[in-house]
Amino acid sequence: MAKKINPNRVPVPEQKPEVRIRNVDEVVLGYDFDMAFEEANRCLQLPKPGCIKGCPVEVDIPGFIRAIQERDLPRSAKILWDKNSLPAVCGRVCPQERQCEGTCILGKKAPSVAIGKLERFVADWAREHPSESGVFDIKLPKPSGKRVAVVGSGPAGLTAAADLAKYGHKVTVFEALHEAGGVLMYGIPEFRLPKKIVKAEIDYVRSLGVEITVNSVIGRLTSVDELLKDGYSAVFLGIGAGAPMFLHISGENLNGIYSANEYLVRINLMKSYLFPEYDTPIKIGRKVAVVGGGDVAMDASRWSLRLGADEVHIIYRRSWEEMPSRLEERNHAKEEGIIFDFLTVPKQFFGDEHGWVKGIECYKTELGEPDERGRRRPVRIPGSEFTMEVDTVVSALGTVPNPLLPRSTEGLETTKWGTIAADEKTGKTSKDRVWAGGDITSGAATVISAMGAGKRAAADIDAWLRSSG
Amino acid sequence: MFQIIYRETLAEKIHLLKIEAPAVARKALAGQFAVVRIDEKGERIPLTLADWDEKEGSVTLVFMEVGATTFRLAALKAGDFVANFAGPLGIPSHIDKFGTVVCVAGGVGTAAIAPVAEALRAKGNKVISIVGARNKSLLFWEDRLRSVSHQPIVTTDDGTYGRKGLVTEPLKELLESGEKIDRVIAIGPSIMMKFSALTTQPFGVTTIVSLNSIMVDGTGMCGSCRVCVGGVTKLACVDGPDFDGHQVDWNLLFARQRSYLKQEKRSFEYWQAKMSEGS
Repeated sequence: MAKKINPNRVPVPEQKPEVRIRNVDEVVLGYDFDMAFEEANRCLQLPKPGCIKGCPVEVDIPGFIRAIQERDLPRSAKILWDKNSLPAVCGRVCPQERQCEGTCILGKKAPSVAIGKLERFVADWAREHPSESGVFDIKLPKPSGKRVAVVGSGPAGLTAAADLAKYGHKVTVFEALHEAGGVLMYGIPEFRLPKKIVKAEIDYVRSLGVEITVNSVIGRLTSVDELLKDGYSAVFLGIGAGAPMFLHISGENLNGIYSANEYLVRINLMKSYLFPEYDTPIKIGRKVAVVGGGDVAMDASRWSLRLGADEVHIIYRRSWEEMPSRLEERNHAKEEGIIFDFLTVPKQFFGDEHGWVKGIECYKTELGEPDERGRRRPVRIPGSEFTMEVDTVVSALGTVPNPLLPRSTEGLETTKWGTIAADEKTGKTSKDRVWAGGDITSGAATVISAMGAGKRAAADIDAWLRSSG
Repeated sequence: MFQIIYRETLAEKIHLLKIEAPAVARKALAGQFAVVRIDEKGERIPLTLADWDEKEGSVTLVFMEVGATTFRLAALKAGDFVANFAGPLGIPSHIDKFGTVVCVAGGVGTAAIAPVAEALRAKGNKVISIVGARNKSLLFWEDRLRSVSHQPIVTTDDGTYGRKGLVTEPLKELLESGEKIDRVIAIGPSIMMKFSALTTQPFGVTTIVSLNSIMVDGTGMCGSCRVCVGGVTKLACVDGPDFDGHQVDWNLLFARQRSYLKQEKRSFEYWQAKMSEGS
């Protein structure tokens, strides 16, 4: 019996743009049960679904949705948590349009099922109803007696740690900063991913018996070799690609020009928006230019508005269609009044007599032939130079691996881009008993792809520990 | 949480804190620093490791009261805690048998240079130390430096102790004297390091400085601490803090260090008010 197609996707309540730019509260308010139920019933429950293969951690999407259709939220939560240890995060930050919702078969004829919003709904419900949901009552297997060190408490590390703990191993996570979470804490803004939720997800990982030690810069405090000698049977490196990239153009070190990393670390991690109560300042002028087109550029620009900038520009060398940012973030940025300067590239920065940035000279581009990755190449248009007045600039060009740990670890092969060379399926590196995953192996990517890498490495480490470790 | 084991005031507005941090004490090397945060609302600041004791499991920091955080650190007592202490960070100072090394310290830079001078002496170098301060009440650790220097020199700007003048004067004399100086290390306020480097430049003596940029994470993540050395942008926290003083773009460093002057003032006023009402 064929189910009828419902072309009306349930819209999710959101804060209005003019309201939300004056606060730091979450923009997307999420479904309530009735909305989730209605949206879940749009799912056709096809025998050969398209969604699962779009998910980097292979969540049983039809399964968790069917449970909502049957009003069985505890079962829905269990199905979600079976594959995904950070579902409240993923429901909020995954680029679903390129993943599960992009491969959703309903999506060929109508708007796809709002899988991300449903995932978020179930995850939030489970967190708010812990005893009903049952996902926090973990029955761990008998301890294996083996210890594993995980370096980095971002999505890759947390996922690897959670899975390894569920396999029965004793895990210690070493985090360089003073708070766990990696990009979840320092990168993604409060208005997209409330830190209270990140902390709850991290508490879940701790409840599995995982120990998280902060202020521990592995590579300086202890080396990987010392960890291996110190009783850890295996080490997983989930250290991210956290080093800033700059444009390498004249004037780039003028005051008021930030890497997005610095901008977001000050604001998200150190809570500069509450200065001076929180003692780390941020200086944002009246006219801000953010260079870049990814999620980080959207985050930096939207923070700038909330922190009092009069005008915020996004300078991007390609156009809207080519922007790598999540569709929802781009749309939200546009609604909030951010000005997009497409097909524009900065050429040099100008400063005033005190060393502060006051302008950028840019040139225009047009899109030419596709490059090796199929993206159309921006080609400079001669004579198109113009100057834009700005007093704050944020470079959100992407990040590269921080060389600190790879440089100081013997036998760990890196690629020409500085990433750690690792097997794509297992995360195994060139160094004995060392695995790696996430941005440190792939280059800057997404939370979910880091989680997928963490899962695959944990499975491989577990198999190795059982057979020979 | 890291406990303060001991505290002492060394000179006017210059204080010493001994912190329990056994893992850091085991690994610390001369020239490295740690990032300290007092509590959840505090900022992260870098402070050079002035001393450490592996047996005791302690690390010693010496700092000058210049703003809110150092003001708050100065008020901590033995038994108090700081929330975060991450280290040891930075590339350790390059210690080798160079021959004769002049260690020049300005103000609170004496604390940073002491372990470097000790390491150099232990490696068999002839160590000449030049320690300078504005006046007598700002001098400290004279004994510590004297004990490792073949030739200890102390200067005060106003002549209230030692030789009257700036550290660059005896430095210049040493270079002009014909004695073979193989290396100079200069640590202190950036203007003092700049002029020390300018003094040695005509003589072609390698001069290492320890740059004190503003930092946030201290692990190579944010780029706050970026400096320009030899025309190339480097991060003081992971590429330094030691750099070739002759290659540093000093004007850029000065400008970037002034980025938050207004905010620093506001912060200091806020915390001063908080501390007087809270106690």
